[in-house]
Amino acid sequence: MAKSSLPIINVENLVTHYGDTEILKGIDFSVNKGEVMVVMGGSGSGKSTLLRYLLGLNVPTSGRVCLLGKDITKMDANEMHVMRKNIGVAFQGGALFGSMTVAENIQLPLYEHTRLDKNTMQIMTGMKLEVVNLAGFENLMPSQLSGGMIKRAALARAIIMDPKLLFFDEPSAGLDPVVSAELDELILRLRDAMNMTIVVVTHELESAFKIADRITILDRGKILMCGTVDEVRNSDKERVHNLLNRKPRTDTVNVDEYLQRLTGHGI
Amino acid sequence: MVNNIGKTTVRTIDELGYLFVLLIESLGWLFTGKYRNQPVRLRHIFQEIMSIGVKSVPIACILCFSVGMMLAIQGLETLKPYGAQSQVISGIALSVTREFSALIIAIMVAGRSGSAITARIGTMQESQEVDALRVMGIDPVRYLAAPLFVAMLISLPCLTILGDLLGMLGGAVYSSFELNLSIPIYMQRSFDVLSVYDVMQGLIKSLIFAVIIVLVAVSNGFEVQGGAEGVGKATTRSVVMSISLVVIADMIFTYFLAR
Repeated sequence: MAKSSLPIINVENLVTHYGDTEILKGIDFSVNKGEVMVVMGGSGSGKSTLLRYLLGLNVPTSGRVCLLGKDITKMDANEMHVMRKNIGVAFQGGALFGSMTVAENIQLPLYEHTRLDKNTMQIMTGMKLEVVNLAGFENLMPSQLSGGMIKRAALARAIIMDPKLLFFDEPSAGLDPVVSAELDELILRLRDAMNMTIVVVTHELESAFKIADRITILDRGKILMCGTVDEVRNSDKERVHNLLNRKPRTDTVNVDEYLQRLTGHGI
Repeated sequence: MVNNIGKTTVRTIDELGYLFVLLIESLGWLFTGKYRNQPVRLRHIFQEIMSIGVKSVPIACILCFSVGMMLAIQGLETLKPYGAQSQVISGIALSVTREFSALIIAIMVAGRSGSAITARIGTMQESQEVDALRVMGIDPVRYLAAPLFVAMLISLPCLTILGDLLGMLGGAVYSSFELNLSIPIYMQRSFDVLSVYDVMQGLIKSLIFAVIIVLVAVSNGFEVQGGAEGVGKATTRSVVMSISLVVIADMIFTYFLAR
């Protein structure tokens, strides 16, 4: 269901390290304009790491990360500043500022990047809160909200600048099925109504199949497969099957490697 | 052993470098932020002045008053055998303005605000709020650290002047009984002894202490790792480190300023 084939995110041969450990091992990844791309994978597969590099929070060892046609790894601070106005991010734990009310949290990007007057900001905040079904909660502090409400408030903050690109980290983690289904609906509405390109990182299968135009599956720092929902469902790769059918990993143990890991040096 | 010394040295130099970069970046945002569309907000500066400066006025008064009184008690007792009790006035005036006020205030602020700053930034770091700032295009150093620098550089000298007065008043209250002097006359004599340079010594030091406290608190906050325990460790480290550095810096600058 991709709306157009113009890649708005393009990652080429991304290699990243955490200390000496290689986390992402040459990722090629692209997202087209107006589509919902779901990045899936088990714990430790590198999906959260990939998100951090897409957001420009870390500098990769090598490779290119192009957002909206520009390579963010080569950008200076000012260019990055401009780029970030086009990006919205809803973090896993919400990352709302505890010392501010919900409305102040949502208005922060407006306050920092625009010169709108207070009334306009309040109206815009109200509109976004309506979108995420949180109208009337403007003056509560984040600590007074439930998990689902925090995620929705974080989403409202992410879309307050009407970004072209929206990143969503684990929208369903820790939520009950009803709330997480509502969030899924919301993501689809945002794509259709505001023509946003959305990248969702999740490990919830049901949610992924519901919202995705395409799914990328990461495994141990490499891309296992990338395709539409049907392609993923019908994939004959064993590891994809395992992930979809919740089978535990049944890798055969290489004795030499195992011993090397235990002893810390070669034998 | 040698390996450990090497590692510690590298880590220390690394950390000093980070502190220096943090200082330059904060100053950079203060002066150029306006032209880069990311001004350091006056509102944030005043908020910080409230929490660092205004709210610590009572405790600053009590501490400096007590130190002044303690110096008077010690001074009078020590000078009694020589019959030189009246010298206690200049002794207190000089030691409080040059030394004690700035030092006591800095230690109090390091304990009170330094730990709070580290805990706040550390918690924000742990709950991805610092990342959230960055992805919103809000530089964390500009938003969180730069207002603290200004607030601390304003608050600490103001508190130090207040401490000077309260320290001398503390001395006056005790000495007035012992020396049969009225408090106004004691204060008048103190002011006669003091030169502008004496007060300036304390103020220059308080500016240096301000930079140390903010740098240590903020850098420890940004470097937090490992959840709630990490925040706790960083907070402790921040307080111990800033108080130690304040005392060491005091010794070094006293050498240059007092001679």
